[in-house]
Amino acid sequence: MPDTILVIAEQREGKLNRASLETIAAGQAIAAATGWALEAAVVGASVGSFANELAAKKLAKVYSVESAKLEPYTPDAFAAGLKQFIEAKQPKLVLMPHTYQVRDFVPKLATAMGSTVISDCIGFKHEGGKLLFTRQMFQGKLAADVSFTGNSPWFATFQNGAFRGDKAEDGASAAPVETVKVEIADGVVRNRPQEVFKEAKQAVDLTQAEIIVSVGRGIKEQKNIEIAKQLADALGGELAASRPICDSGWLPMDRQIGSSGQTVAPKLYLALGISGAIQHIVGMKGARGIVAINKDSEAPIFEIADFAVVGNLFDIVPPLIEEVKKAKAGN
Amino acid sequence: MKILVCMKQVPQKDAPLKLNETATWIREDVSYEVNEPDAYALEEALRQKEKHGGEVVVITSGPARAQQVLREALAKGADRAIHLEDNAFVGLDAFNTARAFAAAIKDEQFDLIFTGLQSDDYGYAQVGVILAELLGWPHATIIMQIEKTDAGIKVKRELEAGFFQFVDMPLPAVLTIQSGINKLRYATLIGIKNAKNKPLRKVALADVQSAIGNNLQMIEKLYIPQKTKNTEFIEGPPAEVAKKLVEKLRNELRVL
Repeated sequence: MPDTILVIAEQREGKLNRASLETIAAGQAIAAATGWALEAAVVGASVGSFANELAAKKLAKVYSVESAKLEPYTPDAFAAGLKQFIEAKQPKLVLMPHTYQVRDFVPKLATAMGSTVISDCIGFKHEGGKLLFTRQMFQGKLAADVSFTGNSPWFATFQNGAFRGDKAEDGASAAPVETVKVEIADGVVRNRPQEVFKEAKQAVDLTQAEIIVSVGRGIKEQKNIEIAKQLADALGGELAASRPICDSGWLPMDRQIGSSGQTVAPKLYLALGISGAIQHIVGMKGARGIVAINKDSEAPIFEIADFAVVGNLFDIVPPLIEEVKKAKAGN
Repeated sequence: MKILVCMKQVPQKDAPLKLNETATWIREDVSYEVNEPDAYALEEALRQKEKHGGEVVVITSGPARAQQVLREALAKGADRAIHLEDNAFVGLDAFNTARAFAAAIKDEQFDLIFTGLQSDDYGYAQVGVILAELLGWPHATIIMQIEKTDAGIKVKRELEAGFFQFVDMPLPAVLTIQSGINKLRYATLIGIKNAKNKPLRKVALADVQSAIGNNLQMIEKLYIPQKTKNTEFIEGPPAEVAKKLVEKLRNELRVL
């Protein structure tokens, strides 16, 4: 029997996550490179409809792994239920999207199985029969190819956007679907989660902005935010920030761009003093034009910038404001 | 409440990094600082102690330089520190690091263990959750608020896209703390002075060797990422850079 890759898809609020399809696409690519079989599973109290939806994709088999105790999500139930399922099926490699939910339970699951997770990967390589997973290190300044050195099952998670969900191939015919009931004993689940909620409605919708001027640590002090504001005003754009700025209370949380904030794709994203940690990049890499000003020539933001200035933002922004005003006045 | 805070020393955010000779790690001659989420974890532990009493203990692993992180934590108000001191700890994977910590605290009885939600160097976001599993404790990740209740604690988890969730859980437990949960304090002069007399227990690699095994994953190669975009660098004195940028904004990005 060939080795098997198992993708654990994630569903929430009645929908499969977009990241789940991206992970299917990753699984299909690894299956094509290795010749391994590809299967998928959905986990929950009653998830047959999601399994049926996944079955349209090019997969050898789809499982719905079910127990009443899997709803609502808890790390205890997910680790216990999936351990049972994976021990029975013995996949070589288990893939999941690197969502907040997966981060919450997958290290526990792997540890319970005496195995390990290569987390937050952005790609893979198959070289000389060896499977390597590429991930960012040092906040994206460096990349690493990482291999498994222990026994399977191996676990790996993929960063949002690492693969394209719309590239997940459909199968010639629907994949067979099987429901697997897992037993989770009373007392296993210790956490008691309450309803998921959203804080007060976001006041600023940055997703609609065509121009965004965004500030990071390089702005140094709260009072310096003013020059970024002036630049945003001159350009007719919105002001935004990376997480540390909002953590410090210098700008409200609803102006935060990144994995824990808003995801934007403006015509212009002008990054001032933003180093470009992964968590920030995922929120703005879809921008049509990216201009970055940073004093650190190695800042990862330069990897994705169209136009880059290595220098002190306090020297460059004031004349830039003047030039923008002049250009606007000339129109 | 007796709280353990796991802390890590990482290269400074804007430190230029160079690869070592085998291209499997960075050269160690860079400046280091405390991993930022761990600073928030420490602050939260100190605040919980101020509210409920108890003790705050900090732990780290790494060579002699890593002691700086513990000294700073003691200066901010932690009561004592544990240092797993050996260069070899730098190369342990998350599973082994958690196993080494578990071995080092086996005679302690904590109510809570905090870690930052992830490290700025590896960024695996795993040690806290693995430690909980090894200890047989419940855990919750990406925590933005902690309240003591009659039965244990109630925590606020950050989910994606602006969603949150409250979770009730029993003690003892492991929590991974999100940056921004609180406002960090500075060490006071008196705090820095007092830190010198606070206990710091050193644990050698040999003391925990029997608890750890071979790494289950390995960095085969570390490298500078390949650029995917054709970035145009704009140079010159500030006034000239400003002119050139405006020209790009107008003619190429067409936003002016």
